[in-house]
Amino acid sequence: MKTIRRWGGFRERNDVAQAVNPDGLTVRRGSHRLTFLALAAVLVGLGLAALALGPVAISPDRVIATLFGAGDGVESAIILQIRLPRLLLGIAVGTALALAGASLQGVLRNPLADPGLIGVSAGATVGAVLVIVVGERFGAGLPDALRPWLLPGAAFLGAGVVIAFVFALARRGGETSVATLILAGVAVNTVAGAIVGVMVYISDDQQLRDLTFWTLGALSASSLQTTLIASAIALLTVPAFIRGTRALDLFQLGERAAFHSGLNVERAKVVVALATAVSVGAVTAAAGPIGFIGLVAPHLARMIVGPSHAFILPTAVMLGVALILAADLAVRLAVPPAEPPIGLATSIIGGPFFLWLLIRNRGRLHA
Amino acid sequence: MMFNVVLQRLILASGLLAASLSGLAFAGSENGGDRIVVAGGDLTEIMFAIGHGDRVAGVDTTSTFPEATAELPQVGYMRRISAEGVLSLAPSLVLAAHDAGPENALDQLRSAGVPVAIAPAGEDPDAVIRKIEFVGEAVGAKAEADALVQSYSAELERVRAVVADLTATPKVLFILAWRDGAPLAAGSETSADAIIRAAAGQNVAEGFTGYKPLSQEALIALAPDVIVMMSQHAERAGGLDEILQRPEIARTPAGRNARLVDIDGVLLLGFGQRTPTAIAELAARLHEDDPAVGRF
Repeated sequence: MKTIRRWGGFRERNDVAQAVNPDGLTVRRGSHRLTFLALAAVLVGLGLAALALGPVAISPDRVIATLFGAGDGVESAIILQIRLPRLLLGIAVGTALALAGASLQGVLRNPLADPGLIGVSAGATVGAVLVIVVGERFGAGLPDALRPWLLPGAAFLGAGVVIAFVFALARRGGETSVATLILAGVAVNTVAGAIVGVMVYISDDQQLRDLTFWTLGALSASSLQTTLIASAIALLTVPAFIRGTRALDLFQLGERAAFHSGLNVERAKVVVALATAVSVGAVTAAAGPIGFIGLVAPHLARMIVGPSHAFILPTAVMLGVALILAADLAVRLAVPPAEPPIGLATSIIGGPFFLWLLIRNRGRLHA
Repeated sequence: MMFNVVLQRLILASGLLAASLSGLAFAGSENGGDRIVVAGGDLTEIMFAIGHGDRVAGVDTTSTFPEATAELPQVGYMRRISAEGVLSLAPSLVLAAHDAGPENALDQLRSAGVPVAIAPAGEDPDAVIRKIEFVGEAVGAKAEADALVQSYSAELERVRAVVADLTATPKVLFILAWRDGAPLAAGSETSADAIIRAAAGQNVAEGFTGYKPLSQEALIALAPDVIVMMSQHAERAGGLDEILQRPEIARTPAGRNARLVDIDGVLLLGFGQRTPTAIAELAARLHEDDPAVGRF
């Protein structure tokens, strides 16, 4: 039962039974309604702000008119081709990172787990960086129509290859060892770092700047098609994550106990791994490796709504999307007409906020 | 994104796109209008040199010359410009270097009805002429551009004639900066390599491409006669005396004879219309004992 204690440090209540007791859930459901409503209101506000605010001032009534097809050329271009795709990708990125982070933390029973820890983001980064630096040499024979897809495709593939590798490595005799999985992830991160290092070494000035900016993330750098496809892929994996909430609750009892209560433990792990690779791979391919959200959104959710994953997952999604949209607003309004990378803002906004919550909840966490 | 850039280069090489793009630029406005956003330091320099600097409404971070550019709104690094940021300047035309981007942002600008004119590629003295002609055509200042091409070509020719009379070919090493204690040297296919060759120097680091860190031993083995740095970076590395006393530098002919040349980076590597000046200044300092230098 040691595993529970480790996890328990991050609960408001250590009472694991409550997490899996349906009666306990019904009692708490009412008290979360307000939280959900408040978060939803914040989200709607941020979504509207994402459409209404930017370096070009467009009045709210013009924004609405443009959304209904009555905008002039410049307004339509700004709102429909710049702000709307960013909003969509922001929602997809926040959703994918929050769901993947919450589910990985649940399955691995490790509060540090996020798509970065097991190497998914690193795999995507290697794919993208390889294309930026040596893609020109090896992709020369590609038809022109395929070229714009090379970078997102390679990033997506990189994420998939890494997660297949770490899960294959951690699987032994029909069981997946969580410890091996995390260690394999650490090793993959190191190897990926080395490959990126080699690419940095052989890159020219411009490639170096390209790859640096890519690793800092952006909601605006991808083409409209890439944005739409990545968002669609990420949002299609949502049901796979949501269906696993009860399995995630059972995992908190320890793998053995989860197994004995009738859960197909291996299947649950594979589903989370696949869904993570697909969703995080897709959004990273379009927006770059945006850090921090996958780690922080689930923790924030757990602090707010307690240990039940039926509440953690939706709350984490709302928080993840809210953080991304806030960060995107911050970068576009900070130093117009220039725009810093979003990765800076997610850390600058998310870091202190997380610390503040930790400090505020310090007493309760140690209870 | 980057492959579109490659694609553009290919088409540019065949000379097709340049024509179609300048055609596009004219579709927006007769002469490019009075609110021109420039992404590319060389293009900004040319805009000011042909006397149309007052029409520049915004520049990227690579545009640092002339000093008036410091007062202009900054749209960020030229390969990461923000479409909406540029649009907020209400641009009548965007002049973009051949590798500006991302391609997505340029597409968004075009679909907002802003003409985007892409400059020809090239970092060598002759490419500057194509860039000047391009700017002149895009902003409707053909006469001024032709005049600048005339004076530029004449000046380049004059400088080249003097360079041709220089007798020696000193071994030159260009050091960009020290990264983690290792000097970053300019190999072949860099703008530093191009300007060194133009100034009758031999780049001792031409065995590799791009900017690479050298080990201290490798630097000593290259035995450069002269070391060239950008003055901004030389200052950051502790000044000329400090650099000359570094162990790896002190053991080269350059170190022994205190031959360390520092020249303003934008002038030296910018390949704008000041290129003849840059060649003359570098050549004069590489060949300081040659009597021909007096004719620059």
